[in-house]
This record gives sequence, structure tokens and C-alpha cells, in this order.
Amino acid sequence: MAQAAAHDHHDEHHDEHHEHQNFFQRWVMSTNHKDIGTLYLVFSLLMFFIGGSFAMVIRAELFKPGMQLVQPYFFNEMTTMHALVMIFGAVMPAFVGLGNWMIPMMVGAPDMALPRMNNLSFWILPFAFALMLSTLFLPGGGPAGGWTMYPPLSLQSASTAYVVFAIHLMGISSIMGAINIIATILNMRAPGMDLLKMPVFVWSWLITAFLLIAVMPVLAGAVTMLLTDKYFNTHFFDAAGGGDPILFQHVFWFFGHPEVYIMILPAFGIISEIIPTFARKPIFGYKAMVFAIASIAFLSFIVWAHHMFAVGLPLGAEIFFMYATMLIAVPTGVKVFNWVATMWGGSMTFETPMLFAISFVILFSIGGFSGLMLALVPADFQYHDTYFVVAHFHYVLVTGAIFAIMAATYYWIPKWTGHMYSEFWGKVHFWNSVVWVNVLFFPQHFLGLAGMPRRIPDYNVAFANFNMISSIGGFLFGASQLIFLGVIIHCVWFSKKKATDRVWEGARGLEWTLSSPPPHHSFSIAPEIHDEELAHGHVED
Amino acid sequence: MRAGGIGKHGIRFRAKHAVGALGLMALGLFGGTVQANPQPGQLNLTPGVTTYSHVPYMLNNVALGVCVVIGILVFGAMFIAMFRFRKSRGAVPEKWSHNTTVEIIWTVIPVIILITLAWLATDGLRQFSDTTGSQMTVKVTGYQWKWRYDYVDYQGKPLHVDFMSRLDDQSNATRQLNSGLDPWAVKSDGEQTYLLNVDHPLVVPIHTKIRFVITADDVIHSWFVPALGWKMDAIPGVINAAWTNINEPGIYRGQCAELCGQDHGFMPIVVKAVSQEDFAKWLAAQQKPAAAPAPASTAAAPAQATAQVAAAHATQG
Ligand SMILES: [Cu+2]
Repeated sequence: MAQAAAHDHHDEHHDEHHEHQNFFQRWVMSTNHKDIGTLYLVFSLLMFFIGGSFAMVIRAELFKPGMQLVQPYFFNEMTTMHALVMIFGAVMPAFVGLGNWMIPMMVGAPDMALPRMNNLSFWILPFAFALMLSTLFLPGGGPAGGWTMYPPLSLQSASTAYVVFAIHLMGISSIMGAINIIATILNMRAPGMDLLKMPVFVWSWLITAFLLIAVMPVLAGAVTMLLTDKYFNTHFFDAAGGGDPILFQHVFWFFGHPEVYIMILPAFGIISEIIPTFARKPIFGYKAMVFAIASIAFLSFIVWAHHMFAVGLPLGAEIFFMYATMLIAVPTGVKVFNWVATMWGGSMTFETPMLFAISFVILFSIGGFSGLMLALVPADFQYHDTYFVVAHFHYVLVTGAIFAIMAATYYWIPKWTGHMYSEFWGKVHFWNSVVWVNVLFFPQHFLGLAGMPRRIPDYNVAFANFNMISSIGGFLFGASQLIFLGVIIHCVWFSKKKATDRVWEGARGLEWTLSSPPPHHSFSIAPEIHDEELAHGHVED
Repeated sequence: MRAGGIGKHGIRFRAKHAVGALGLMALGLFGGTVQANPQPGQLNLTPGVTTYSHVPYMLNNVALGVCVVIGILVFGAMFIAMFRFRKSRGAVPEKWSHNTTVEIIWTVIPVIILITLAWLATDGLRQFSDTTGSQMTVKVTGYQWKWRYDYVDYQGKPLHVDFMSRLDDQSNATRQLNSGLDPWAVKSDGEQTYLLNVDHPLVVPIHTKIRFVITADDVIHSWFVPALGWKMDAIPGVINAAWTNINEPGIYRGQCAELCGQDHGFMPIVVKAVSQEDFAKWLAAQQKPAAAPAPASTAAAPAQATAQVAAAHATQG
């Protein structure tokens, strides 16, 4: 750990300058992990509202049978862009932002290991998304073949080159971010911060970063093959030229399934920080929690074809991927049970971060249950590509990933800004979100079971009642997020209530020993680690 | 948006609900009589109408039951914890963070449940993948945005019947942007068939094991009729196989289930199952205009669940 201390001195010259930086220098030329973390989070919030506005178009068109608002092709552009923006623009950058802000503070480092690369990996993103979103305004329109980009359909789009280039940029950004996080965690920990004393959030990001490095190049390869099929006369996915459209699906989902866990493992980490804090009791089974995350990450590489049960796989492959997928329920179950056991025997209070964390545990589990049902191949032949799947992955990603991001925001924003957010409005935001998100997504299970396919702009009148309920839930869930925006703006600029350093009575860990807001360089001098000060300092289990 | 459109349908929807919401929901969940096509308020899978379709239905019910029981236990424990261990009730936090016995229990019990589910699912999958012993073969080809059906053979004799199956005119007129037409007014045989009706349904006999060979000509589609209990992707250059054996005469409706472009939502599937005698009559009527050119693709498809035929493009009729 000697390098960590050496690094501090190397970076110290920044401290003299940052006070008189102008706006451009501070935000565009920043190499500071907190400023870059803030940039990521603000970018993610912007993308959340852009992606959300696409969802509003979708739910408005589906409000009742008949086509009222948009042409079917534009509807397909909306479903495609909604997914791409939410996955690559909202959820992933939010977790990178949280990692940037918190990891150096949690492991006792002054900054990220590679601060200049950190700047580059953020500033690629606005260009990537400008490129991708611009296709909506260009002749020929945006991508409309679904975020999964299955050929031959995706090759019919005029925007293939734009989207492929944008995805390459996002992939470069993600890989650089992941390298930075791994380098920080492995090299920059304060002396005494052993790997098995790290917060679960740091562990979850370490594992996620390895997943990112493993699979982003695979996505880049898949979309590059799309590009050459369209413009350079290759036939990777064209049966007439000896290729195979199913090959794309195998390559895509070899990326895509780990990608799903890239969007949920850091959420597991966040929830594992918040529940012990508000239960005032150490996390139950710390090592089991870390091991469960690692097992889920490993299994994510051998389940990809469960997205493809209906493509006509050989019987042996269907059985293998079914069993492997079902196995994931075991470590996931362990995590849920451990969260409940952490609450058991605690002394709980229910501030906004805890409310989001508890609703995460319940609603993510519901998404896990439908995931288990989807793993059963004969049942999947009914569920596949219906609204049952739409309900499933929105429970996992909205009430899972996004609720965890919101929980993290409420949990750490007093530390970031030095001000308390409005607890009243935080709770208003929570209760509106949790009620309307269920009105939005729960009826979609029924639509799927009744046989309504996903990605259709119009439907039979038998599906009318639940679609109307779902749309009403959607509009109100969307509107509720304006409260979130209001709470953040109030906390950053208008809140008079100062946050203490500890912020939450039960909070443990190095980040809470710093002032609120923390100094420009988190730990210029490596902190002395006292085990009782850490969230998981005494590890025997 | 048309003025009054929402109101009119809203009222109808509410009136319907007021009369039979609970009844419909009970029916939807447990399927008292066989409802093969989507029903308003339907809450569960259809049990289907074939010798196989109970497999996904029962598997779904068992898995749902397991999930509900686990959910009640886990969320129940959570709510008890949230009530009992509140700081406001003076709860003092305990220090333990580990208990090997319970950790082993809650790892082993899920494993046993999963093995049971996997056994049931594997059994069902074996039934589905056995396409041998069929008495009839139908080739299904997906196009943007219609289906083509080739009757390949029936009771050992080759057939030369094929046709395209498209969205019916009434649905097609109604679904145009701001058509001003009422989706509730689209009816056929007393059913509300908006977007679930075609000009030429696939007519098949009941009590006959029918093998489908499924492919596509342009992009990937997916042939999905919930009452048959499965869907199968239609992929250019690939021939997939599946089978059905329908128990009851009826009209069973489904849709393309794989995004295939702008009119993906407008390429329904209608299977009309009739008695074997009626099917023989229908077949004879179809074969009368013998001038129709025979489709070229009568070569026997491989018996495996999947066979990849790179030259499928060349064999399109
Ligand atoms: Cu289609």
C-alpha cells in the first residue's frame, strides 16, 4: 500500500489551483473523481428524462386500441431508443458516477488511479449520445429494430452506421471506466483496508468492472459484423451468403446477459450498504454476500441462450441453459435472505434511502420470481417476447437498478453537498414512485400471460383494460420523477439544513469520517483504519 | 385523438367491468371453461386446446405457486422485522451477523425446489421436442408482414395447397393512424377480432399430429398461437420444427411475436381447427383449381428439432 501514499504527494499540486478554476476548467477539464462523478450523475439524470419521455410516447400510444398518435415505424424507434438510452445512458453512467464518487472515499484513496482517463471516459459519452439521438432527426429515422439489433431487421435501418459508431464509443468509455475502477480498488486502498474489509459496494463494482472488460469488446465485435454485413459485403449473418442470423444472437447475448448483471450487481452493493446503516446492525453474512455476487457474475457467462429458447436450439442446449439459469436463483436467494436477516434484530428507522432499499428487496424479488418462471423452457415458449417479459425486466431494472440508484442518491447526497435533502419531499417521491411503478408494470404480467406480444404499437380490444391501467401508472410514475428532480435541486442549491459528517446515525465506513461535503482530494493522507469504524471491520463469516 | 373516443370506450370498459369484474378475474385466473383466445381481464395463461398445451399451463401454475409461497414467507419475515425491530419501539440492535445453520438451510431448500421444477420442465420439453409420428406437415413462412402456409403432406400423401394469410381488411382499415374507425366494432363470428383476424386462416384437422416446419423469407418472425402452447421463431435460412395435435374444433388466434419491422403488430395468425371430415371437404375444394403451381419445397425436412438449411432461399416457391 505504499504506492497509495506516494500518489497523494504526486496529486497535491491540484489543490492550489482548483479554487480559482473557471466553470469550463472545473467541469470540462476536471480530473477530480468527485467532479467527474457529478458529471456522470447529471448526465445520467438527463438521459433518464430523455429515455423516460420516449416511454411516455409508448404508453400514450398504447393507452387505448387504435393508432392515435404516431406511425408504427416511429413507435419502433421509440421502443428501441428508450432501451438504448436507459441502459447505456441512464443506468450504466449512474453506477459509474456513484463508483467515481464513492470508491476512493470508501477505500481511503485521494482520487481515482487514472484521473485523466477518467475525464476522457466521461466526455466520450455526450458525443456518443448526441450521435445516436441525432438519428431521430435525420432522413431515414433512428434505429427501429429493437435495442437487441437482430439482423436481418436491423440492417434495414438507415442509421446502422451511426448507432454502431455510438456503441463503439460507449464501449470504449465503459472499458476505460472499468479499468480505472479496478486500478483504484487494487492499488489505492489505504493501509489496513484489506480486500475482505471493503464495503460490499466496492466489491460489487470490482466484480462488475471485470464483467465490463470481458463483454464490451464482444458487443463491439457483434455490431462491427453488422456494419460490415451492411456496407462491406460480408455475410456473417446472411443465410444467402452462408452466414447465420442466429450467430448474431449468440454473440449479442454473450454480451447481453452479463450486461444485465452489470446493471444490477452495483445495485446489490448499494442495498448492502443502506440496509445495515438503517438497521444499525452489521450486514448478515458479509463473505456470503461477496461470494454470491462473484457466483452470479460467473454464472452470467453461461446462461446467454435463455434469451433464445424460441430460436430452435437443440434439445441438449435448451436443457443446459435452463439448468444454468435456474442455478442463479440460489446466490440471488442468498442475497435476499441475508438482507432480511440483516434487518432481523436491528433497530430500524425508515428514512427515504431505507424505504427505497426495502422496496428494492421486495420488487426486485418479484422480478426474480418471474425470471425463474421464464427459465422453464416449456413455459418460456408461452412467455417469450410477450409483455410478461416486459414486466419481468422492468421489475428488475426499474424497481431494481433504478430504485437502487435513487436510494443511493438519497443516501449519499448529504455527504456530496453538505446539505440535507427534504425528507418530506423525499418520502412523497418514494410513495408516488412505489405505487405508480406497480400500477405501471404489474398489469403487464397479465397482458403477457394473455398473449400480448411486446413491441407492438396497437392491440386487440381484449388487452384494452390492463393497457389503460398500465399507461395511467406510467404517466404518474413519470410525473413523480419531477419530484425527484425538485428534491435534488433543492438539496444542492437551496437547502439550509447542514449535514453532519456522519449524516446517518448507523453509518459506518471511511466515507463518513470525511467532512460533508468532502475535501477536494478525499484522503490526501492515507487514513488510519480502525476496524470498528468500518461497516465490515470484524470479518469472521 | 378523436374527441369522445376515450369517453365512449371508457364507459363501455367500465360498464363491462362493473358487471363482471370479479367473475372475469376468477375465470381469467383459473380458466373455468376453456378460453383459447385473449379475454378482457384474463390473468393467467390459457390451458390451451391441444394434447401438449397443458404442459406450459401446469408448469406456469406450479412455478407461480412456488414463487407465491416463497414470497409470502420472505416478505412476511421482512414485514415482521420492520414491525418488531423499529427504533421507535425501543429496539436495541443485536450484534450477530452470521448463522451457519440457517445459511445452509436457505441454500439447500431452494436447490431442492429448483430440482423439482427442472424435472417437470425437462419432461415437458421432451414432449415438445418429439416431432416424430406426424400425420400432416405444414410449412410456415414469415414475410414482412404476412404469413404463407404450404400444405406439404397429409396422411402420407403429398399436397399442393398454399396461400398467403394477411391481416383482414376491416382491421387494416381501422388500424390506420387516426382512421376514426372503432376497434371495438371489428367483429367476426361474434368475437372481437381487431388485429387478430386474417383473410385466409390456416385450416387444420383436429385429432391429427401436425408437424410445422417454420422459416422466414426476409427478417426473423415468430409464429405464436397461445392456445397451441408455444411459439417458434421463423428465421431466414433456418428451418425450425414444432408440432401440435388439437383436441377441439375452434378458431385460435395469435400474432407474430418477434419484432419484424413497422407492421410487426399487424401480422396475426388464425388457426381454424375443424373435424377431419370437414377438413377433407375443405381440402378437396382447395385442390379443385389445379392450375395453381405447386410449391417447390416438398422435400422432407429433417426430423430434428432444428435443421439449418443454408439454401432455403433458393427453395422458396
Ligand atoms: Cu413478423
